[in-house]
Amino acid sequence: MSESTAGSRGATRDLIGLHRTMVRIRVFEERVQELFLARKLPGFVHVYLGEEAVAVGVCAALEPADYITSTHRGHGHSIAKGVDLDRLMSELFGKETGVCRGRGGSMHVADFGLGMLGANGIVGGGFGLAAGAGLTSSLRNTGQVAVCFFGDGGINKGTFHEALNFAAVMHLPVVFVCENNQFAQYTARELTTSVRDLSVRAASYGIPGETVDGNDIEAVRLSATVAVDRARRGDGPSLLVMETYRYGGHFVGDMEEYRDKAAVEERRQRDPIALVEDRLAGRGVAADDVAAAWEDARREVERAVEFAEASPYPDASTALDGLFAPEARR
Amino acid sequence: MSAPAVRQMTFGQATVEALTLAMRADDRVIVLGEDIGWGGNFGQFKGLLTEFGPRRVIDMPISEAIIMSVAVGAAATGMRPVASMSFVEFTMGAMDEIVNQAAKFRYMFGGQATVPLVLRASDGLLRSSAAQHSESLEALFAHIPGLKVVAPATAADAKGLLAAAIDDDNPVVYLENKRVGWSRGEVPEGEYRVPLGSARVSRTGHDVTIVCYSIMVTHALSAATTLARDGIEAEVIDLRTLVPLDMATVDASIEKTGHVVIAHEAWRFGGFGAELAAQVSETHFGRLAAPVARVGAKSSHIPFSPPLERAVAPQAEEIVDAVRSTIGYRGRLTSTSGA
Repeated sequence: MSESTAGSRGATRDLIGLHRTMVRIRVFEERVQELFLARKLPGFVHVYLGEEAVAVGVCAALEPADYITSTHRGHGHSIAKGVDLDRLMSELFGKETGVCRGRGGSMHVADFGLGMLGANGIVGGGFGLAAGAGLTSSLRNTGQVAVCFFGDGGINKGTFHEALNFAAVMHLPVVFVCENNQFAQYTARELTTSVRDLSVRAASYGIPGETVDGNDIEAVRLSATVAVDRARRGDGPSLLVMETYRYGGHFVGDMEEYRDKAAVEERRQRDPIALVEDRLAGRGVAADDVAAAWEDARREVERAVEFAEASPYPDASTALDGLFAPEARR
Repeated sequence: MSAPAVRQMTFGQATVEALTLAMRADDRVIVLGEDIGWGGNFGQFKGLLTEFGPRRVIDMPISEAIIMSVAVGAAATGMRPVASMSFVEFTMGAMDEIVNQAAKFRYMFGGQATVPLVLRASDGLLRSSAAQHSESLEALFAHIPGLKVVAPATAADAKGLLAAAIDDDNPVVYLENKRVGWSRGEVPEGEYRVPLGSARVSRTGHDVTIVCYSIMVTHALSAATTLARDGIEAEVIDLRTLVPLDMATVDASIEKTGHVVIAHEAWRFGGFGAELAAQVSETHFGRLAAPVARVGAKSSHIPFSPPLERAVAPQAEEIVDAVRSTIGYRGRLTSTSGA
């Protein structure tokens, strides 16, 4: 067996793994959408349908100890970073067994043990947090990289510019990943943003900026790997702009009067999961194996729903717990 | 055991001492903020850059939001940052990071995040600094669950409270009044800590309780000296920290005096004194000989022109007047200040 054949088999095996994670996100989010519309979930949910390749491709370039900061649309990032589906689903139900013991909900899912430093209900909330995590890594020489996921809404926050400047000046190991899903909540990008190619903003801070096909998992992983390696070497931050599309509204239940349904249908023709599946078929992966990924994901998500439904709500007597850390002892 | 040796020091020197000891003891302690390297407006960072170098003493861009969110991100991943903004008005540029991130991280993530950071800023009046460099905004921070709020009144407390704030595993807003920042006092040598949530009786007395903190402790002590000439003995309580709040010390004093005056340099309307007054009323209603009196700034921005500044800001004489009015209460309290 030649080396190149072995290499391409390895790449195919990797692609099978990436596909499975993308499918898990897709199935999870479709189920969350159903549960929300059936009024099973409190609050509001923002789902990641159509953007799966970004989280999965970027997290595939990370080590387990690396950090991510996420957005209000954070379920996909969580799953890509390895958060347990049972505890993630349970959090969306507001149950005690949730990742945040039901205190955070959909917009604040987090798993610090996995370096997932929280979904964030404030657009652009993660910029400085990721820079701060990068500062810790830099000061303590841990080699960890911090990825900041944000959107084309967040890129117009002042803190985007402040964080890129600071991370650049300190050569911090941070990768800023903009998910350009074309909408800042309900407002189209072209109405709010001074440049068409968002990655040109990197030039202001003297750091690399690249625009990537965010629906192509392999392109995402490749560009993320380059940026993550650069960060880990101590060469500083990068800006990656992932061009993708949000299938749903801003939140589940959004009537979407601000956009044309035909445009959504057109964008669905370049579905990131369908793209991987075409590629897997082209590389000789059997249709049954692809179908198995969907079956496994459905089974896993159903189990998560059962776990969440069977879990208790937090006891009201614990509502004030955890506001402050216990007194420091020294 | 003998008491620790003390020396006369400035507030700034006491602050440097607390930071230096904390940074020597724990390499996770870092200082980051505006103009740290040159030593700070009150000399409160002087010498740190030389001893600890630019990796632990970080001069930040004047981007308050990033100073704060970097501190939160660093704290949540294992550091113990002391973040500095020159004046408390500048923290308004980081309110999202203070309120929506720092204060909420631990609770909203179900207890899995720990955010041990100190945010220090100077507040209060100083020589006609005008509207954007003179305010006292502690009530904004004390209102937010998840933040501790510290307001030292002496050089000794600058050392002891800052050391305790750095030790604390929570976000602590540490407010250095500018005139307190220029004061001197006796400061213990070596490791010295004042636990957060322990008020101090600065002066004992049995006629009236003056509850205050920060620069108002100085004014209250001066008012107490004036009142003593007329035979009125005021007990002055320096809260030292607003969150956690040591009401036990306040309560014990009120049980003795039955008269209460609350004084702060911040606006009276909606000020921290309003919370104190409410708690005092809830606990001591039947025991009070007069309504709780409050001294504070009038509800206006702080004007530049000196006579106007004096007209808005609370003066020591107003504490004297408030005490006299309280002691002489016969069914009608004449308030001398506030809107």
